[in-house]
Amino acid sequence: MSTLSVQDHGVAHHEEDHGHHHKQSFLTKYIFSQDHKMIAKQFLITGITMAVIAMLLSILFRIQLAYPEKSFPLLETLLGRFAPNGRLDSNFYLALVTIHGTIMVFFVLTAGLSGTFANLLIPLQLGARDMASPFLNMLSYWFFFTASVIMLSSFFIQKGPASGGWTIYPPLSALPKAMPGSGMGMTLWLISMVLFIASQLMAGINYVSTILNMRTKGMDLWKMPLTVWALFLTAVLGVLAFPVLVAGVVLLVFDRSFGTSFYLSEIVLNGTQVQPYEGGSPILFQHLFWFLGHPEVYIVIMPAMGISSEVMSVNSRKPIFGYHAMVYSLIGITVLSFIVWGHHMFVTGMNPFLGGVFMITTLIIAVPSAVKTFNWLATLWRGNIRFTAAMLFAIGMVSFFISGGLTGIFLGNAALDINLHDTYFVVAHFHLVMGSAAIFGMLAGVYHWFPKMFGRLMNEKLGYLHFWITFIGAYLVFFPMHFMGLDGVPRRYYAFTEFESMKRWLSVNTFITWAAIMAAVAQFAFLFNFIYSIFFGKKATQNPWQANTLEWTTPVEHLHGNWPGEIPTVYRWPYDYSKPGAEEDFIPQTVPLSQTMSSNLPHDFEDNPTGLQEHAKWINTQNKNEEVK
Amino acid sequence: MGLKNLISSKKMLSLLAVFMLLSTNLLFAQDAASSATTGAGDAGTATGNVWIGPVYYILLFIIVCFVVAIVGKILRVFDLTQQIQGKKPMNWHNIMGVFCLIFLVAGLYGAYWEFTVQGSMILPESASAHGVKIDEMFWTTTVLTMIVFFVTQILLFTFLFRYRYSEKRRGHFLPHNNTIEKVWTIAPAIVLTILVIFGFFTWQEITNSVDAKGEPASINVDVTGHQFAWELRYPGADGKLGKTDYKLVTGLNKLGINFKDKNSFDDLQADTMVLPVRKSIRLNIHAQDVIHSVYMPHFRVQLNAVPGLPTYFKFTPTITTAEMQRKLGDPDFQYLLYCNKICGGSHYNMKKVVKVVSEAEYQAWIAQQKPYLSGALKKELQFAATKDAQQKRLALNN
Repeated sequence: MSTLSVQDHGVAHHEEDHGHHHKQSFLTKYIFSQDHKMIAKQFLITGITMAVIAMLLSILFRIQLAYPEKSFPLLETLLGRFAPNGRLDSNFYLALVTIHGTIMVFFVLTAGLSGTFANLLIPLQLGARDMASPFLNMLSYWFFFTASVIMLSSFFIQKGPASGGWTIYPPLSALPKAMPGSGMGMTLWLISMVLFIASQLMAGINYVSTILNMRTKGMDLWKMPLTVWALFLTAVLGVLAFPVLVAGVVLLVFDRSFGTSFYLSEIVLNGTQVQPYEGGSPILFQHLFWFLGHPEVYIVIMPAMGISSEVMSVNSRKPIFGYHAMVYSLIGITVLSFIVWGHHMFVTGMNPFLGGVFMITTLIIAVPSAVKTFNWLATLWRGNIRFTAAMLFAIGMVSFFISGGLTGIFLGNAALDINLHDTYFVVAHFHLVMGSAAIFGMLAGVYHWFPKMFGRLMNEKLGYLHFWITFIGAYLVFFPMHFMGLDGVPRRYYAFTEFESMKRWLSVNTFITWAAIMAAVAQFAFLFNFIYSIFFGKKATQNPWQANTLEWTTPVEHLHGNWPGEIPTVYRWPYDYSKPGAEEDFIPQTVPLSQTMSSNLPHDFEDNPTGLQEHAKWINTQNKNEEVK
Repeated sequence: MGLKNLISSKKMLSLLAVFMLLSTNLLFAQDAASSATTGAGDAGTATGNVWIGPVYYILLFIIVCFVVAIVGKILRVFDLTQQIQGKKPMNWHNIMGVFCLIFLVAGLYGAYWEFTVQGSMILPESASAHGVKIDEMFWTTTVLTMIVFFVTQILLFTFLFRYRYSEKRRGHFLPHNNTIEKVWTIAPAIVLTILVIFGFFTWQEITNSVDAKGEPASINVDVTGHQFAWELRYPGADGKLGKTDYKLVTGLNKLGINFKDKNSFDDLQADTMVLPVRKSIRLNIHAQDVIHSVYMPHFRVQLNAVPGLPTYFKFTPTITTAEMQRKLGDPDFQYLLYCNKICGGSHYNMKKVVKVVSEAEYQAWIAQQKPYLSGALKKELQFAATKDAQQKRLALNN
């Protein structure tokens, strides 16, 4: 273990930073900021904005699914040619689905989640003055912001945004004649994604190098909080997987614009127009896409797992159960996530033998996930659970992760996937396990670290309201979808009116839509709470949750460089909650073991033989004193 | 100071109560008004302003916000007065703990309701031989996962209630327990291994299905997807399908059948996919423009149709349409084939009726189908010969 620890070397020459603070202009403080805390806020607010937009898109297509025959004149007023006669155009419906998925997966749950919490927590929880490269960090945000603007701008072009599904499988996405969204809209999608990936790479490299090089004195890898572990492995995944998507995207750009046929072959359009493409393979794109696409779902969920672990430990007033197992399961997930991508392709015409192999690797990845779930349950067991809003969201994350994770066992099984592939069962599965679970992890993080970001507390009661409506709403939306899927109802259908057998699901669809609207309305409670609390919330104390980690040793008022004096040294792991023998039910990481003789355990001195001797000596004298008494 | 607070808060309390009453009245009035307008809306939309309906909803939303705010204030005031009177403040930990318990009970009932009501709406028993095995696997997996589902969710929410915050207690310091961790690593690993092994062999059996030597040959049926329909091709008396080439596609020869191949002369076209019961069928799956997916859920059959990558799926239907109609008590029931991979604007309407019939009915039906090689096509073919040559030259130049 000790070989893993890298000693800090970036401390001394940062000292002068805060002695003579030069005045920052509005532009350098709020816009082109290089301070990691400000960049985290930028990511968060952009992410929330994108989430609200994507949520509104989903409400639009949910209305279409609930009332496929009804005309809403307002839609025509708002959307114009995309909703002729007050009904969504079927191509625009697909565009909504596509952009909803793209924004949620990439812009909210990747950049919004990792971007916010990696930037905020890595330096603060590791004891660093800032990121390894603040400039790269700033650049990463502005690439992300540009990508967001380009993605949204595709709503304002003639033929509408990309509409081939968020997976943009060619040939549909490669042939502008195949659907309106495959024209300019797809071009913008591709440009936006390339910028987005550049942003993620810069961010990821920065996170990895910060974590490996800039930990404070005493902070070896096994003393890092699980949030940092999760963010670290997420960054590693991103750095390794995202470039592959760029490769796939670039080839797609070639096919679209320069007449190559990497993904195209033997195509006849409109029944008569024979296309000149030969020898390409649409399956190749799917391989490249899912080589990123599958790690991507872990990029989405792992930070949520880390945040939930931390929040649950703090609010159960108990150490996280099986810290090492938690880390090893994260590592296991990271490694395995690279060899399971084929389970998205069981019925795409990929060689069936490969399907069998991917099935095996896929079901193996369920083991570390199961370990994590049981460990969370064990963390709650005999805890002293404080129901903060953050805690509720962390619990919601666990509940969703269980519900959605179990259906993964069906879909990971190639034989069962034959009939479930691309049905609503899949929609239900991933919306629970990575959609709802990840967004709940993110919200838990927002409620928990809000005082660290803005120096004020969010309203807990409004948080309760937000949680319960959203939690119940999400279950009401996604639970019935399983049964639709089991009835063979396909996803991405504009309407179920053309099939006699699917019409009976219309009432369920209406119900789902109203549940979705209810959950969406509840988000205003969050938005109000968030914005109001930034300006008028209750002032936070330095350590409002009585937590152990380093970020709560920094002053409430932000300053560049995080700590006014020397960076504190770390002496213990971050989960000494309710330790028997200790005065309070938490011991911050900065408290040396020598100050807590009464609560030390032999286990605390695993790598420290002299400390263990001291501990034994102290126990002996205690025992002698007892005898004397 | 405390007294002052009390007086002012009592004042506030009464004020808020008045507000609350007023607003509920308002709310009901709005509700009635909005329902009246939605009722009248259908008639009035042609002339009326499109904003009227939505504005009522927005007003309703604002009122709900006010109600929430007022209830929040009342709770706060109530809490403060309690505290000033020396009683304990509201214990939100208890309230949330109880909420968790209520959610658990309600959620369990909800899940039970879903399983019984919507669970009965899922696909009927498999109408194909391999589908029976898939269904067996499905039910085994369902039972196993549902046990885990109920156990973990019940534990989660009862723990939340049972171990809710109390000042008198401390958490139990339990950083790890290697034995139990090993147990819950190995237990899921074993269960998953079993599922993997069964799944793997079932999958192999379904997909490794080239006609064995002794077996009677399967009936070949070509199904070709394009935006937005399916084309079917049955072999004629020789039981063989002719070769195709996408470059030969024209308005008349829409599948690009190569009529230089003699096997193609008697290839038949069909509108409905009619299949004989208990005969092995080999669906040869093609796509012309974008990826489609042949999805026949009642037979547990699905495979993507990929342009440039012909695939096939072999299966044996076991229940005729008539039998299934009787079983389901639905005389209008039809097996369907539909597209299950996003393929463009009309993706949602790309279906083909599938009929499973007895062998005799099948023979009678197939005898009536028309060959692809129609009179018009024969005429065109004379012309196609020269066109073919031209294309070849082009290819050489490239």
